[in-house]
Amino acid sequence: MAQYLFSVLDDKSNSGTDEEMVAIHAFNKQLQADGHWVFAGGLASPATATVVDGRDGPPVFTDGPYLESKEFMAGFWVIEAADLDVALRIAAGASKACNRRLEIRPFLGR
Amino acid sequence: MTDAGEAIARAHREEWARVVATLCRRFGDLDIAEEMAAEAFATAVERWPADGVPPNPGGWLTTTAHRKAVDRLRREARRDDKHREALMLSDTAEPLGAIDDDRLRLIFTCCHPALAIQTRVALTLRMVGGLTVPEIARAFLAQEPAMGRRITRAKEKIKAARIPYRVPAREDLPERVTGVLAVLFLIFNEGYLASDPGRPAVRADLTAEAIRLTRLVLALMPADGEVAGLLALMLLTEARRPARVSASGELVALGDQDRGAWDRELIAEGHALVRTRLASGQAPGRYQILAAVNAVHTDAPDVRDTDWSQVLALYDQLIVLDPSPIVRLNRAIAVAELDGPQVALAQIDALPLDGYHAFHATRADLLRRLGRSAQSRAAYDRAIELTGNTAELACLRHRRDQLAGA
Repeated sequence: MAQYLFSVLDDKSNSGTDEEMVAIHAFNKQLQADGHWVFAGGLASPATATVVDGRDGPPVFTDGPYLESKEFMAGFWVIEAADLDVALRIAAGASKACNRRLEIRPFLGR
Repeated sequence: MTDAGEAIARAHREEWARVVATLCRRFGDLDIAEEMAAEAFATAVERWPADGVPPNPGGWLTTTAHRKAVDRLRREARRDDKHREALMLSDTAEPLGAIDDDRLRLIFTCCHPALAIQTRVALTLRMVGGLTVPEIARAFLAQEPAMGRRITRAKEKIKAARIPYRVPAREDLPERVTGVLAVLFLIFNEGYLASDPGRPAVRADLTAEAIRLTRLVLALMPADGEVAGLLALMLLTEARRPARVSASGELVALGDQDRGAWDRELIAEGHALVRTRLASGQAPGRYQILAAVNAVHTDAPDVRDTDWSQVLALYDQLIVLDPSPIVRLNRAIAVAELDGPQVALAQIDALPLDGYHAFHATRADLLRRLGRSAQSRAAYDRAIELTGNTAELACLRHRRDQLAGA
């Protein structure tokens, strides 16, 4: 089994409509029933981000995101699947449920 | 060429994909499969001239490549746990000797939709076709290091993202087969009408490779009508190649070709495939319909014998599957023969194909036939601007310069 990250791409945060939230909820129930579920969540906007550098001496906190861009990760899933074909099929369903485009990336193997 | 040299060339043609595919299944790693297959062939080049050609060249190559892979993994296993695991996988030995399915797995992996289309083409030519990276780079006028990186990145993605090494699930199969055929057709078309002015107009090496690969896919999926359709389409197109470019390097239109120069053997094979598909009674897909159109053309001893109503009926069938502007444009060529250029022109004028050279070339031809020389000239000019193929360019210029009042 491999794990994959689905990043939900959007230019707004917390912008899901009621219908989208219902669809996402139903989709997540199915993911859990099928044994693919690991974790998922929505993220607050990049404006709420803080960059932290604790590598050397007292930590440095910087207000705002590391990268400014029009589109960002507005939410994500982490799922488990046997291979990319299975993951792509799940991702297509996830994209439909949340009504957004997704980027899918594998976690590094052992 | 020496006997051994010929045997190696033949083994490369016939066995490369099988060796790569078998190793890939055994070791779960395209990189090792490719490198060890290449090493096994290099060993054959050294050994066969001295030791003689082994009775079963394919078996010899697979065994040699397999042994090299195991040796290498053993060496690396001393440093690396990951390779120890791969080695154990290889020791749970199924008997050597490939299942045919392995090559099919390899083809589906190389043509996976998560890879960019140019990457699929390059990977298929390397892993299945056995072309070297420099050969592929030359074929697509790319820099060799860039092509090498493209293939390396693809192999890394296949491994890291776990693109599976298997024939797709039944529900995905039709779409995935379509994807494989698109790659094969792209290779063929690049050979048949090279898009770059820096290259020869017709690249027989690429069309031959595309036909060879499509034959392989058909042998592996004999029941798939579209695979047979694509092979028939390629054969009937390739059959016309000897008549397609004039001695002076101009593309010769279908109607003006010397039909005596067409390759009868390829035509007979293509026609037989089309007949088999018709007899199957199954609804044809796009490649089968296009093959049937080409069967009508290659059936006519003279362009005046062409059964245009049959061509039109086939395009009507195709439009139901694919109502794209390009299909409408091609349909209009049959309409022009049946109902005249005026009717055809009215059907294509509004098509959103302004960036497509064939649209302007077709318009130019219809306008010429209607005696509207000035408009025809403008359309030829636009087609010339847009085309990249040297032979096509020469043909379009010639036609433009022949217009009345030139």
